[in-house]
Amino acid sequence: MTSDVTREGVRGAVAGRNALTGSPQTTGLHRNRGRGEERMVPDPTFTSYYGLPVIKEPVWHSPDIPLYLFSGGLAAGSSLLGAGAQLTGRHALATRSKVAALLGVGVSGAALVHDLGVPSRFLNMLRVFKPTSPMSVGAWLLGAFGPLSGAAAFSAVTNKLPRVGAAATIGAAAVAPAVAAYTAALLSDTAVPAWHDAYHDLPFLFVGSAALAAGGLGLVTSPTGQASPARLMSTMGWIAEAAATESMQHRLGMVAEPYEQGKAGRWMRAGKVLAMAGAIGAWPGRRSRVLSMLSGAAMVCGSICTRFGVFHAGMQSASDPKYTVVPQRQRLEARGGDGDLGARS
Amino acid sequence: MTDIAHQPFAENPAELPSARPRMGFFTDTSVCIGCKACEVACKEWNSVPEDGLVFTAMSYDNTQRLSASTWRHVAFIEQRKPIAEQEPGVVHEGAGGHDLRWLMSSDVCKHCTHAACLDVCPTGSLFRTEFGTVVVQEDICNGCGYCIPACPFGVIDQREHDGRAWKCTLCYDRLRADMTPACAKACPTESIQFGELAELRARAAQRVETLHASGVADARLYGADPDDGVGGAGAFFLLLDEPEVYGLPPDPVVTTRDLPAMWRRVAVAAAGMVLAAVAAFVGGGS
Repeated sequence: MTSDVTREGVRGAVAGRNALTGSPQTTGLHRNRGRGEERMVPDPTFTSYYGLPVIKEPVWHSPDIPLYLFSGGLAAGSSLLGAGAQLTGRHALATRSKVAALLGVGVSGAALVHDLGVPSRFLNMLRVFKPTSPMSVGAWLLGAFGPLSGAAAFSAVTNKLPRVGAAATIGAAAVAPAVAAYTAALLSDTAVPAWHDAYHDLPFLFVGSAALAAGGLGLVTSPTGQASPARLMSTMGWIAEAAATESMQHRLGMVAEPYEQGKAGRWMRAGKVLAMAGAIGAWPGRRSRVLSMLSGAAMVCGSICTRFGVFHAGMQSASDPKYTVVPQRQRLEARGGDGDLGARS
Repeated sequence: MTDIAHQPFAENPAELPSARPRMGFFTDTSVCIGCKACEVACKEWNSVPEDGLVFTAMSYDNTQRLSASTWRHVAFIEQRKPIAEQEPGVVHEGAGGHDLRWLMSSDVCKHCTHAACLDVCPTGSLFRTEFGTVVVQEDICNGCGYCIPACPFGVIDQREHDGRAWKCTLCYDRLRADMTPACAKACPTESIQFGELAELRARAAQRVETLHASGVADARLYGADPDDGVGGAGAFFLLLDEPEVYGLPPDPVVTTRDLPAMWRRVAVAAAGMVLAAVAAFVGGGS
C-alpha cells in the first residue's frame, strides 16, 4: 500500500457518475410519504412541469390551415357534383361546380404554400412519396387533382376540347373523395390529443363537411331546376358531419373538452347551428331561389366554422398539458404499469 | 463466378465492417447538478442562436423547454420531499422539518426508434443516420411544420424568422469525427453519458439497482425499454420522480402506430362520399 490512487480511481472516493442521492436512513425515514402511499388516494389533479405543455403546439396558422381544410373539401365535393351533373346533363350545375372545384383547390394550395416556413421550397414536397406522411400523400393528391380540375373547368367554361374536359372531370372526381378525406389523417397523425384520438370519426366529419359545403355552394350558384342533387348532397353531408361530431365527442371523453370550450367551442357551435339551419331551410327552398341561396350560403359558412373549430380544438388541446398527461396516466394505470418506461428492477 | 451474386455481403448492413452500433445518451438525472454546461456547450458547438431572454420565476429555469434554438434544456423542480444528501450514511439531524429536494434533469431529443417526426416529414428532410440518430437536413426542410405536433415529446420546433424545423442532431458532425457530443463532453458530473446504446442500457439498469439498494426507491428509467410506445429512445433517462414532473409524457406513443387504422377509416369515409354523390344524383331525378 503505497498510494491511495488505484486503477479504479482514488481509494474511498466515489466517482461522479456513481454518486448516490439520499441516504438509506433519510429515505427510510420518509418512505411512507413516498409514492407508494400517495397512490392509495386518487389524485384529483395531474402533475406537469410548471403547467407548461408537454407537446409543442402546431405552428400551423389560422386562417391558412382551416381555410386549406375547408377549400380542399369544397373543391372535392364540387368535383363530384360537377361529374354527376355532367353525366346527367345538368349543364349549369356542371359548369359552376367545376369552376368551384378549381377555385377551391387553388385557394387550398395557396393557403398550404403560404403556411410553409420556407414557401419557396414548396416543391420539396414532391422529392419523395411517403405513405407514412399524410402531408406527402396530400401533396401528390393535390398535384393530381389540381391540374385535372383545371382542365375540367377550362373545358367547361370555354367549350373547347370537350372530350378532354369530360375525361378530366371523371379523373378529378375519382381523386376527389381522397382529397376530401385525407386531411383527417393529416390532423390525426400527430401527438395532438384532440386530433389523434379523433381518428375514427374525423374522416367522416371531414367528408360530411365537404359534401355540406359543396352542396351548399351548388344551391347558391345553380338554378332551382338543377339543384336537387346539390340539396341531397348537402343534406347527407350535414347528417354525416353532425353524426361524426357527436360520435367523436362521445368517444374522446375528457379529451373532447377543447371542442366545447373557448374559441374552438364557439366555432363548433356556430358551425352546428349554421349547418342545421341551412340543411333544414334548403327543403322549403326548393321553390324559392332566394331561400335556396340563403340556405346554401348558411351551409357553406357552417362548414367553414366547423373546420376552424376542429383546428382550434387541436391547438387548445396541445397547449394544455392536461390532455397529454391525464389520458396517458390513465392508460398506464389500466395496464397496471407504474409509470416506468424502462427496465426498472 | 455466379456465386458472387448470392453472397450476402451487401444485404445485411450489420455484417459490413463499416456498420456502426447505435449511439445514444444516457442522462442520469440523479447526479445532475443543474450547471447548464450542456445547454451552453450545445449552443456554442452547434452555433444555435439566442431564443429569448426572459425571467420566468420558475426555480432556476429561464429556458423553460426544448425548442428550435434549445437542444438541451435543464429542468429544475423544487419538491417538499426528503432532502438529498450526496453521500450515503450522512444524515442531517433536524433537517426533516424543512424537507426540500431539487430535481435537475437535462432534457434532449430522444432519437426514437420509431420517430414520428421522421415518419411524417413530407420532404425527406428528416433522416436516420448511420449512428441510428434522427437528424434534420436543413437544406431540404421547407418548414411545413408537420414534425412539430407529431413529436410525442414536444422536442422539435420551428425557428422564428427562419421557418425551418430544428432540433438536436446528437452532434452528427462530431460523431462522424469519432468525438463525443458537446453536451456529454461538457458535463462535469457524467450525468450525460454518451456511448453505444446497448452498453448504456446495461449500465443504466445497474445504476438503478445500485440506487434502489441504497434506498432511493424513486429511481426509474425512462425511455430505455425497447417495447415502449416509441420502440425505445436513443436518448433515455434515469429519473427520480414520475416523468410528467419533468415535463415528459408518461406514456408516449409514436402517432404513426395508428396510421394504418387512420388510412382505413379515411378509405371508408371516401367510399362513403362516392356513394353519397351517386345517391344524390339517383335520388335527385333526371
